[in-house]
Amino acid sequence: MHLAHYLGLLHKAQERLGDAFTEVGEAHREEPDVFHTCEKLAAQCRGHAGKLAPFARRYAEEAPTEPDRLHSQLFSGTRTGGLGLLRDLQDLYLMAAECDICWAVVGQAAYGARDSELLTVVKACEQETAMQLKWLRTRMKQAAPQALVVAQ
Amino acid sequence: MVDRIADPWGPRTPYGPGQRWPVRVDSFLADGHTEADVQRWVPTASILHSNGDAMDIAVIDDRIVGVRGRAGDRINHGRVDPKDLYGWQANHSPDRLRRPLVREGDRLVETDWDTAMGRIVARSKELLDGPGGWGHFGFYTSGQLFLEEYYTLGVIGKAGLGTPHMDGNTRLCTATAAAAMKASFGTDGQPGSYTDVDHCDAIALWGHNVAETQTVLWMRMLDRRRGPNPPAMLAVDPRATPVAREADVHLALRNGTNMALLNGLLRELIHRGWYDEEYVRAHTLGFDELCRVVADYPVAKVAEICDLPARQIEQAAELLGHSERLLSTVLQGFYQSNQATAAACQVNNLHLIRGMIGRPGAGLYQMNGQPTAQNNRECGADGDLPGLRNWENEEHVAELARLWNVEVDTIPHWAPPTHAMQIFRYAEQGSIKLLWISATNPAVSLPDLVRIRRILAQPELFVVVQDLFLTETAELADVVLPAATWGEKTGTFTSVDRTVHISEKAVEPPGEARADLDIFLDYARRMDFRDADGNPLITWTGPEEVFEAWKECSRGRPCDYTAITYERLRSGGIQWPCTEEHPDGTERLYPDGVFNTDPDYCESYGHDLATGAELLPDEYRAKEPGGRAFLHAAPYQPSPEVPSEEYPLLLTTGRTVYHFHTRTKTGRATQLVHAAPESWVELNPADAGPLGVGEGDLVRIESPRGVVRARARICGVRPGVVFLPFHYGYWDAADGAAPGQGRHDRAANELTITAWDPVSKQPIFKVAAVRVVKEADSGGRPAPAPTVGGSAPLDGAGIPATVGGPAAEAPSRGE
Repeated sequence: MHLAHYLGLLHKAQERLGDAFTEVGEAHREEPDVFHTCEKLAAQCRGHAGKLAPFARRYAEEAPTEPDRLHSQLFSGTRTGGLGLLRDLQDLYLMAAECDICWAVVGQAAYGARDSELLTVVKACEQETAMQLKWLRTRMKQAAPQALVVAQ
Repeated sequence: MVDRIADPWGPRTPYGPGQRWPVRVDSFLADGHTEADVQRWVPTASILHSNGDAMDIAVIDDRIVGVRGRAGDRINHGRVDPKDLYGWQANHSPDRLRRPLVREGDRLVETDWDTAMGRIVARSKELLDGPGGWGHFGFYTSGQLFLEEYYTLGVIGKAGLGTPHMDGNTRLCTATAAAAMKASFGTDGQPGSYTDVDHCDAIALWGHNVAETQTVLWMRMLDRRRGPNPPAMLAVDPRATPVAREADVHLALRNGTNMALLNGLLRELIHRGWYDEEYVRAHTLGFDELCRVVADYPVAKVAEICDLPARQIEQAAELLGHSERLLSTVLQGFYQSNQATAAACQVNNLHLIRGMIGRPGAGLYQMNGQPTAQNNRECGADGDLPGLRNWENEEHVAELARLWNVEVDTIPHWAPPTHAMQIFRYAEQGSIKLLWISATNPAVSLPDLVRIRRILAQPELFVVVQDLFLTETAELADVVLPAATWGEKTGTFTSVDRTVHISEKAVEPPGEARADLDIFLDYARRMDFRDADGNPLITWTGPEEVFEAWKECSRGRPCDYTAITYERLRSGGIQWPCTEEHPDGTERLYPDGVFNTDPDYCESYGHDLATGAELLPDEYRAKEPGGRAFLHAAPYQPSPEVPSEEYPLLLTTGRTVYHFHTRTKTGRATQLVHAAPESWVELNPADAGPLGVGEGDLVRIESPRGVVRARARICGVRPGVVFLPFHYGYWDAADGAAPGQGRHDRAANELTITAWDPVSKQPIFKVAAVRVVKEADSGGRPAPAPTVGGSAPLDGAGIPATVGGPAAEAPSRGE
């Protein structure tokens, strides 16, 4: 049973996303809405990771060794300025998209494993991840014309 | 005769439920004039608060000599707010701007209109030349201009330049009202009518010190309270305002916890079955989710978050739950606080689940803070599209393009209009290079003033200021345009309860000052904006032509003005929508429980209340709202700034009854100046004691952003909270500090935080962490705070009462 690996993948992706939200927020404190929202969403991601932890432990016993190239590296630090904000938000978007698809995969597995507890967690968290994606899209749409066409 | 400084609300005229509010005609004529001397009475309405009180300007020898309330008007039945009784005198102030000014080095020098407009147009054309030129323009306007001026500016910005960077200081006062109504009901537009006061059996005031912000509405409420079968009253406010003192239940909650309180109250109402199941089923969406979210807020938990006695919360729920005709009003205590839109939506929810909307007495006022805020929202000079259209609805944008005969993509519809704080951010970063500020004073009214002054002073930012006086903002401008004001120009504006009034020109403006409309039309002419056929985009020459054009823009939308004319308005206010089918206007919206949520009609497809994420059109359609209202739910989240060891107190800011905004006008009317001459800070004895601070002592209030000095009034503000009025800037500061020089320790916004609500983008003025340090002893002098209103001292303090004396005596004539 390989569910543990995907739980591990999602767990780590949520932790990394939480850290990245914090970093991006801190790096763009001059954009108060970005700072405050990133702070909130960072906490939300850590909450997700916390909720996954017991399931990762539960399934770890039945898992074979971790396969190669399980985790992906999507974030390597923040940038500055209007264009930098856009790129940083795009990194967050890709990381949240990874989490989003992992929730879908883990949700399917939870059905297969007849694990209603895990399914409850997935259903609650995947909605929040979907909203994170929507916020990132909204904020990037707002910023893009000024950053790409107007600013020098 | 009544001293309307000592008694801002005047004599009571009690009445009972369902009766007509008695007429009481207030007036004030200066220099010993009597009504018999008056040569002309010119119709208008108040421009110094948002109530929309109708009055006539008294004119003798082409000079304004006073005002008199209009007995027959539906809003005020003759009454006049003290700011209006005395505030007109500012029109005659010797320091009115009479000629345009332009910057030469570090000085502003007088010039003629051609030179001033020439500089603006030259810079505009230079900026517009090149891809993305539209993005270099920002317009920051007001809640005091007229409908015709907003609409003209809206067309200039959206169809001429094609910039989304337009907003008003309405963002600071009323953006949350609009956002909450869009979210719950599908579009902006106040459901209620002021006549709901006549019929209600309970009034709930949510963060709304109506006694000082809309005195005439408060007079109506007080007259019901003194008559037979008075309505019960609930006040939610951390300060001991006149409203809180009058209320049967006063919840002095901790600032920033409105959402927890409302979730708790809704839970109680649902738990005890005090809701209208049938109405909920037929007319709303989202009840199950609302129940799920509020279930987590039992009274004990709410009592702890809000720091309130549990019994008081239950009493409030009982008051709300036992009412049959509940009237709610909401203002800055919610709009400028944490989770603004979410909390305002909960008040909508309260009315929706109880089925208390659209019938006499069952009313809801999501208030405006400023007199013409409603028009800025309707006409699209702020972060909305004209006619309450939805920027994400392609057909709505196409309608505007047809109306204006421009290409659809000229109209900036690719992202939401840029909100005020973001406009200033783009200016700070240098991508907005021309900022045109009309009839408002951001150098005193925006949060974190050190930053705002720095932005406005940036040499590469070309700042145009259009105003009556050399305000703190105008001092930092590159071009200053002298504007005519109320009484010197003609136009219309609309109150909270959708009543449209005309305000006619009574006298000529001073010197070369021009109507704001004429300034905008002159700019459009000089810029030579063209439509798709190469004809002039804007051909209007006066206000009535603009009004007629606006009527077409409003056709078929919720704010339909099509059956209103200037001529009809001359005999009194009319409520929109006013159409051929409803020629007398519409008293209440949604009487049949059918809301404006149809996907083709609504103004917004909705947002996530926690982040402001926009929801997608298809998601919205999939909900099949079918005219049902949305019940939005959200958990409580703490404010972005909470007290710490270093900054242990919470700052809130607000108004006194005697002043409006940054006192540009009210600070130039003798009676109002004497009543509240200088800033002060309110402290509870429980906080003042340990700090060694007594009445009148000079204290320093510090936040991570700045320092303010003021003398202390010891009063009934909630322990742990300090209050500063936001009116006081620097133009008349004792040490003469002007922007860029001298001390900046008088304006409350030196301390406030740059943060805003995720949905309405309204800045959070009501929650900042501060500390207070004593600087000097009072020497026996009390603080310069009025003894009337929220700053009233504690009983037995022995502080002389605020009075106006003979100069403030004004007739108040009953029926």
